[in-house]
Amino acid sequence: MSIPVLKFDAVIVGAGGAGLRSAIQLSEAGLKTAVLSKVFPTRSHTVAAQGGVAASLGNSEEDHWTWHMYDTVKGSDWLGDQDAIEFMCKKANEVVVELEHYGMPFDRTDNGKIYQRPFGGHMSNFGEKPVRRSCAAADRTGHAMLHAMYQRNVKANTQFFVEWMALDLIRDEEGHVLGVTAMEMETGQIVIFHARATIFATGGAGRIFYSSTNAFINTGDGLGMAARAGIPLEDMEFWQFHPTGVAGAGVLITEGVRGEGGILRNSSKERFMERYAPNAKDLASRDVVSRAMATEIKEGRGCGVNKDYVLLDITHLDPATIMKRLPGIHEIGLQFAGVDCLKEPLPVVPTCHYQMGGIPTHYSGRVVMPKDGDHSSIVPGFYAGGECACASVHGANRLGTNSLLDLLVFGKSAGDSAVEDLKAGRAHRDLPKDVADKTLARIAALDNRKGGANVHETRLAMQRTMQDHAGVFRFGDMLKQGVEKILEVEKAARQLEIKDKSMAWNTARTEALEMENLIEVAKATMISAEARKESRGAHVRDDAPDTAEFPNGRNDKEWLKHTLFSPVDNSITYKPVNMQPLTVEPVALKTRSY
Amino acid sequence: MERAAYERLRWRCIRRALLELDITLTRFLDSGEFEKLNDEQQQAFIELADMEDYDLWDLLTGKAEIDEPRYAPILALLRKS
Repeated sequence: MSIPVLKFDAVIVGAGGAGLRSAIQLSEAGLKTAVLSKVFPTRSHTVAAQGGVAASLGNSEEDHWTWHMYDTVKGSDWLGDQDAIEFMCKKANEVVVELEHYGMPFDRTDNGKIYQRPFGGHMSNFGEKPVRRSCAAADRTGHAMLHAMYQRNVKANTQFFVEWMALDLIRDEEGHVLGVTAMEMETGQIVIFHARATIFATGGAGRIFYSSTNAFINTGDGLGMAARAGIPLEDMEFWQFHPTGVAGAGVLITEGVRGEGGILRNSSKERFMERYAPNAKDLASRDVVSRAMATEIKEGRGCGVNKDYVLLDITHLDPATIMKRLPGIHEIGLQFAGVDCLKEPLPVVPTCHYQMGGIPTHYSGRVVMPKDGDHSSIVPGFYAGGECACASVHGANRLGTNSLLDLLVFGKSAGDSAVEDLKAGRAHRDLPKDVADKTLARIAALDNRKGGANVHETRLAMQRTMQDHAGVFRFGDMLKQGVEKILEVEKAARQLEIKDKSMAWNTARTEALEMENLIEVAKATMISAEARKESRGAHVRDDAPDTAEFPNGRNDKEWLKHTLFSPVDNSITYKPVNMQPLTVEPVALKTRSY
Repeated sequence: MERAAYERLRWRCIRRALLELDITLTRFLDSGEFEKLNDEQQQAFIELADMEDYDLWDLLTGKAEIDEPRYAPILALLRKS
């Protein structure tokens, strides 16, 4: 069977912030650049980022990138690589000002400078007091960013392939990456994108969890493709959670609800936070509240048929206050929980929000993996940026407003590195003879299988397993069981069956292909989480508690290292954290407290 | 509506930028309500689904005024779905 081949200098998978940013570098360097996206670029999930982008511009008060760097290292619970963090924080001003020149409508101060607001965790003078570092465009920062960068790409003649899904990474015998196979959804046609440089900017995979704030599109396609091509995934045990998402939907309920007097209750209507935080109660920190909720659910005091959520009660508050101070909450309750929150409590559960781990990269955006004793050997022709990549700047937990910064800095850096490598003479390498065989076999198996597993049921089984066994607060026994269970789900995910066999717009097939990516991420997460026996950042274990010897349960002696999950044999190796910044003194280890 | 056209519309409804719209639009399509609409109403839904995510979300939550009368009954159905 002959498969059409499209030849480009560079192919970028994903048209969110990171993909668009790297495409600008390539197209403006005069390189023939293709961007593949499952949706129109301005429908990418970057749209949902409201908070802003961090940069120590110092427009509102004194600020310095070294202070931002300190905050980021501390936020990462010292798991972030300090060379990458220095690179990102130092580059922040440059990428924000560039965006301004692209036409991004940032909020302004009276004298016309970019207005900056405070954001949790961003401090001046190495943790002394809050600093205004976040640059925003009202509450639509991500949205405005995508529009500005899309326009810039149109001007630079970037070629967009909209409503195309990349299916598999093409690697030759020497390990070089030569492009991707992809499917045009409108026709079902499989095409080879043959490129000198391949950049992944596919976003996160938050849909592996039952409760997730992520849009449905976040199915970890880049991670799935990398894993199938034998590339390990780094630090996949680290996922950021919000304490209160609507149970069953994932839609966020602002923490302001507890601030206004909302009370968390279990199945016997008990105000359980009184037991966990006698003073702060429901106003305790995000971590403490999430842990308490997870413990109530684990110990059988959750609500509903599956006892898998708790209640957020605001029925005692004055309805006029709710409508005035918490606009939108009534609507969210009605729309996504079927509950009138003025009369009944809202079902809530800790909800997955952001993936810290991903495809291992150097801060130049080049993908790296272990080879011949070198734990960070470059995979020639392959680059990644944004949430799908792990540079690693977020380490064990991400600081707010650093996600948009990550996609700008590392999107640009991946693009720059690709330009550099191509200009140095990297040519199109011959495609292997069996270039599309694996992709075609996967499609054929989906189309021909009878008596296989249902996609929806398999996805639900995976999401439930992840939520119950590797959620915001983790228990050793549950993780062990979780590994067995997710490997069972994997068997089903390898045997998916679809009823619709049509070529054009076969959404059933697309969702099955997405499921094959999700399961790679879910498995990597569960196995990596089970293996890490300490608590650090967002990975918090019941059996690694806060002690004098190990404050917050963190054990630097044994666990100050990155996890590398190998999808080839489900094995784990580790690599050291880079504690050496590029030009400044390292941020020395200490206990993380706010 | 032809199968391919419907499936394309479906894809554009079940893969949005915002989770809120993923849920709302998926539920609506899965409820079978779309098939019950007449041609003009289906066209109104298609136009709404074609909007930028925040614009549609603002209409759904009443944050923005509905300036096209044909949209009002469809938005009411979406809120109930």
